[in-house]
Amino acid sequence: MRVVIAEDLALLREGLVQLLTAHDFEVIEAVDNGPAMLRALLTHRPDVAIVDVRLPPTFTDEGLQAAVKARTEVPGLPILVLSQHVEQMYARELLSDQNGGVGYLLKDRVFDVRRFVDMVRQVAAGGTVMDPKVVSELMIKHETGPGPLHALTAREREVLGLMAEGRSNAAVAAKLFVSEKAVSKHTNSIFTKLGLAASGDDNRRVLAVLAYLNS
Amino acid sequence: MVRKHGSGDSGAVNRLRWCARGVLVAVLSQVGSVALFTATVIALAALIVGVGVFLLPVVMVAVRGLATFHRRTAGEWTGDPIDIPYRHTAAAAPHDGARSFGQCRQLLSDPATWRDVLWMLLDAPVGLVLGLLPASLVAYGLNGMLVTPFLWESMGPHWGFGAIWPITDQTDAYLAIPQGVLLVALGLLCARPLLRLHTRFNRLLLAPTRSARLALRVERLTETRSETVQSQAAELRRIERDLHDGAQARLVSLGMSLGLADTLVEQDPVMVRKLLADAMESSSQALTELRDLVRGIHPPVLAERGLDGAVRALAMGLAMPVEVSIELPSRPQPPVESAAYFVIAETLANVTKHSGANRASLRLWHADGALRAQVGDNGRGGADPEGGSGLRGLQRRLAAFDGTLDISSPPGGPTLVTMELPCE
Repeated sequence: MRVVIAEDLALLREGLVQLLTAHDFEVIEAVDNGPAMLRALLTHRPDVAIVDVRLPPTFTDEGLQAAVKARTEVPGLPILVLSQHVEQMYARELLSDQNGGVGYLLKDRVFDVRRFVDMVRQVAAGGTVMDPKVVSELMIKHETGPGPLHALTAREREVLGLMAEGRSNAAVAAKLFVSEKAVSKHTNSIFTKLGLAASGDDNRRVLAVLAYLNS
Repeated sequence: MVRKHGSGDSGAVNRLRWCARGVLVAVLSQVGSVALFTATVIALAALIVGVGVFLLPVVMVAVRGLATFHRRTAGEWTGDPIDIPYRHTAAAAPHDGARSFGQCRQLLSDPATWRDVLWMLLDAPVGLVLGLLPASLVAYGLNGMLVTPFLWESMGPHWGFGAIWPITDQTDAYLAIPQGVLLVALGLLCARPLLRLHTRFNRLLLAPTRSARLALRVERLTETRSETVQSQAAELRRIERDLHDGAQARLVSLGMSLGLADTLVEQDPVMVRKLLADAMESSSQALTELRDLVRGIHPPVLAERGLDGAVRALAMGLAMPVEVSIELPSRPQPPVESAAYFVIAETLANVTKHSGANRASLRLWHADGALRAQVGDNGRGGADPEGGSGLRGLQRRLAAFDGTLDISSPPGGPTLVTMELPCE
């Protein structure tokens, strides 16, 4: 699998290259700034890109902006955004084109190498991976405030949260100690309640997560 | 700056009101200024025998009350109030000799005190004449219109009116009517200009002098600077403590786990695995703590998106729907931006914690050289900056920028918090 990495801190950049190479990824380019990243994404069209939100030259959200721009040029280009902090607003912006293949994670998630590599593969496959912190903040919000997700049962919200974290039905089932069949019943109920017509499970999962973020 | 009054400005009722205000000014000049000037002179004289120490502060409280009444009415009548020039507030302490003595020293060394005294002396004639003239003209004119033409004969042989002295026949007497009309008109017309003249006279002596203004400003700056320095020092201490007890300790523990794992790598692979898991846990917690710390110093989203984006991100994180409207032509200076962000964040946090509201609104805009923000909610109200809440802290934070925080929060709500931060 071909990967582009954009990270300005050499230590972390080399770490990521090492980690991914060890797991059979092929790092075709590792860049350290926004413009170079955009160029690399558009010329190589990698299977997945891993980028830091904050990059030179502006040291603002250069990486995020470049990711959004690259995805307007190449719809659905899989990008996993890493950051030292997560914001619902950024998650929403990343997902707003309603194409999958997006991940948004705290940098600490790299520690759990196996899960991290899993998530990279999921993004490459067109999935949506939101950081558990984004999801838990949304959970708190939905517990206290009103919102369009009010029609969902507590269990369904839980399942939706795990879906947003990028877990497959099987993984959700394992996490909640229920059968996979039960999970797919929940997901179908979620799709129905959110008015998402049958259009391929992957796409519906993305839309459901987006509805979750937008609520 | 003169505020224009409404359409009733030229109406007879309004002109009569100005006449009445004139009478009030005249009365105050006598029962107020004359009496209090006398009292001041007595109190000053009594300082020699000691009683004055207790008397002077009491008299000065009254003097300042009178002067400040005039300062306020200047604002109500002309739309431009006169600022208060005093360095210290006067307070009577009839049972505390030491405090009274201190008060006297402060009062006597404040130029504003002496300007008040001079003002009272001059107001005695000036206020009387300027205040009473319009009403007297009206009264005399009414006499000419309604009394003299009909009762002149019973007034005695030397009675006259206006330009005609004495009145000798009925024709002379009727001439009093047009004269009276003119005088009433004159009285009504001059009431407002004369009172404005009195206000200008007041402003001359009651307004702070340039040096008093500067002295007040310096005092305010000294106060806010010391508050700023103190709060910054406290902030640095807190950061130091958080780092020392948090991230630093976690990194030490992480290093220990790794060191131990290194020594055990061959003997006890199970233990090594556990130590590595501990190390990961420590580093993850250290990161979380550092993240929270960074958020408190300067939120990353503020650095990345500016005030506009950062405030929107804040609103998005709130459990209730927030109506956001932001109109900023450009990014304010970083310190202003940061102060505004923290004040808005804290205000929104207060809404969540205390208001019981289910809707909130947030406006952020720039007008008249100031950054303004307004946070409103439909909660239960009753927010009080004196109630030991964080609102006082926010006011202090803004004071470093000459900014202000106004809170309108009647019991039962709604609450509206308005922030104003000067920035050029």
